[in-house]
Amino acid sequence: MLQLKQITKVFNEGTVDEKVALHSIDLTLAPGDFVTIIGSNGAGKSTLMNIISGRLFPDTGSVLINGKDVTEMCEHQRARYIGRVFQDPLVGTAPNMTIEENLALAYGRTRKRTLQFGVTKKRREFFKETLETLQLGLEHRLNAKVGLLSGGERQALSLLMATFTNPDLLLLDEHTAALDPARAELITELTKNIVEKAKLTTLMVTHNMEQALKLGNRLIMMDGGQIIFEASGKEKEKLTVEKLLQEFQRIRGSQFTSDRVVLV
Amino acid sequence: MFTAIFASVEAGFIYAIMALGVYLSFRILDFPDLTVDGSFVTGAAVAAVLIINGTNPFIASFVALLAGFVAGCITGLLHTKGKINPLLSGILMMIALYSINLRIMGKSNVPLLQEESVITILTDWWQKIGIDEMIENALISMKLVDFVPKTWAIVVLMALLVIIIKILIDQFLKTEIGLALRATGDNKRMITSFSANTDVLTIFGLGLSNALVAFSGALVAQYGGFSDVGMGIGMIIIGLASVIIGEALFGANSIARATLAVIGGAIVYRIVVTLALRVQFLETGDVKLITAFIVIAALILPQFIASQNEKRRKKLKSQRRGEHVATAQTDYKSI
Ligand SMILES: Nc1ncnc2c1ncn2[C@@H]1O[C@H](COP(=O)(O)OP(=O)(O)OP(=O)(O)O)[C@@H](O)[C@H]1O
Ligand SMILES: [Mg+2]
Repeated sequence: MLQLKQITKVFNEGTVDEKVALHSIDLTLAPGDFVTIIGSNGAGKSTLMNIISGRLFPDTGSVLINGKDVTEMCEHQRARYIGRVFQDPLVGTAPNMTIEENLALAYGRTRKRTLQFGVTKKRREFFKETLETLQLGLEHRLNAKVGLLSGGERQALSLLMATFTNPDLLLLDEHTAALDPARAELITELTKNIVEKAKLTTLMVTHNMEQALKLGNRLIMMDGGQIIFEASGKEKEKLTVEKLLQEFQRIRGSQFTSDRVVLV
Repeated sequence: MFTAIFASVEAGFIYAIMALGVYLSFRILDFPDLTVDGSFVTGAAVAAVLIINGTNPFIASFVALLAGFVAGCITGLLHTKGKINPLLSGILMMIALYSINLRIMGKSNVPLLQEESVITILTDWWQKIGIDEMIENALISMKLVDFVPKTWAIVVLMALLVIIIKILIDQFLKTEIGLALRATGDNKRMITSFSANTDVLTIFGLGLSNALVAFSGALVAQYGGFSDVGMGIGMIIIGLASVIIGEALFGANSIARATLAVIGGAIVYRIVVTLALRVQFLETGDVKLITAFIVIAALILPQFIASQNEKRRKKLKSQRRGEHVATAQTDYKSI
């Protein structure tokens, strides 16, 4: 589904600020894989996500989606294959447009946009049904401006918008980090249900170790631009937060550091 | 007096087309596009030169619209592909257009008074059907004889044209492409992640905006009877004034409401300027100053009114709380 081959990314090459953000990363996701990524600050997690989505381009290496080389493809073209939810709830939706208009925009991700009306009667019904799965009552507020929604509601809507068109790949970069614990829990639950139901191939960055252990069938730990630890299937199910931290210390010989890490 | 106001309503409708263009760039695309000062004249120049050379005025006006579209697209290209800041892209294009407009006209002023124009053709056609007499008779029977304009043709037909353009814009902004255009102005990162090419949309949106501006310029030239290389100076501010006045007076809750407000704003602006110029000490040259004042007023007054309302609300609330406290105390004493 997704193949990363020897991805390297260096920022400010040749200056004093030179920073190797990613160091020959290899990663392959099988269809239906749900991979959670953890790692200390500056480990290169966001950079990796940005390279997959086409927001950044790698210095060397290639990105393949569905066997197709998309390394040179720009962000908006690649978006046909990728659904994304961002950390900041403000990024994923258009605040001055209504809920149904936002859904219509998301609906257009996989098709060519035409002079047909974005919201038709038939689509509105479909949008309503899809919104009902969130159980937030948003289906009754189709004509409300999205800017009026709370952060949690907006993030739930973003999640729905990224997923209801069944992307080949779903990228979640700390999409619950900006929310209070109760809201974060809700979005985590929704993520689990949606991904499981549609069997979406997913890559999720999180600082919440519990969340990383609870969700998905594979787990990756990153540090210093490299994948330093990986577990999947049975092996991942047996992991605990303590074991993860021990593992990090054994490999790196230092403490796992992160400003936002949630241990319990 | 009435004649002057009547004329400003006529002009208001024609300038409203330009204001709708400014609405598209400023509000929908969130792009402060100063190309307008140049593309307005480009429209006028192209139409004037074509008409003088015997082209059908309707076709000439349409070509003017296309010229404006091209101008807007170039501004869009400067910004998206050349990575030049929006304000600067517009200013560069405005300056470049000044010379281009001179080239198109060959001189700084092209008179059109002797020519057949969209305005004269429509007026002739209108007078043939005899609606003017009907309205006139109605007015006379209603004893409003002191106010009889020469013809209703321009006001009615231009109003119709503007309404049609407004409806087309409203509908377009609901289409898939239209929604993507709005999202480009609202949240670029978001709409990029939903596979829209924001560069193309920005270029197209600016093209559309300046097409309307140039079309308006073409009509203004035919209405006023000349095209002049300086007629676009400050046009962007007039467009903005219309948008801001319209929104302040008529609201902008939905697109349909906002576009209607912009048309209303354009007419109100014309009327205000006409009335202001009747004040003894003001001269024609003061128009730009008056415009600046109108825009400042339209920007400041709503804030002022809102803060006054807020103050009043708070005062009322604290008064009421005071009463509550008072009654609570008396209650306490009575126990
Ligand atoms: N545009 C950039 N220019 C220069 N350096 C950058 C840029 N983007 C990221 N970096 C650097 O690359 C490294 C990796 O950053 P990245 O954002 O991928 O980390 P992260 O794993 O997402 O961290 P966090 O957990 O804090 O979000 C960091 O050291 C960062 O400072
Ligand atoms: Mg990050």
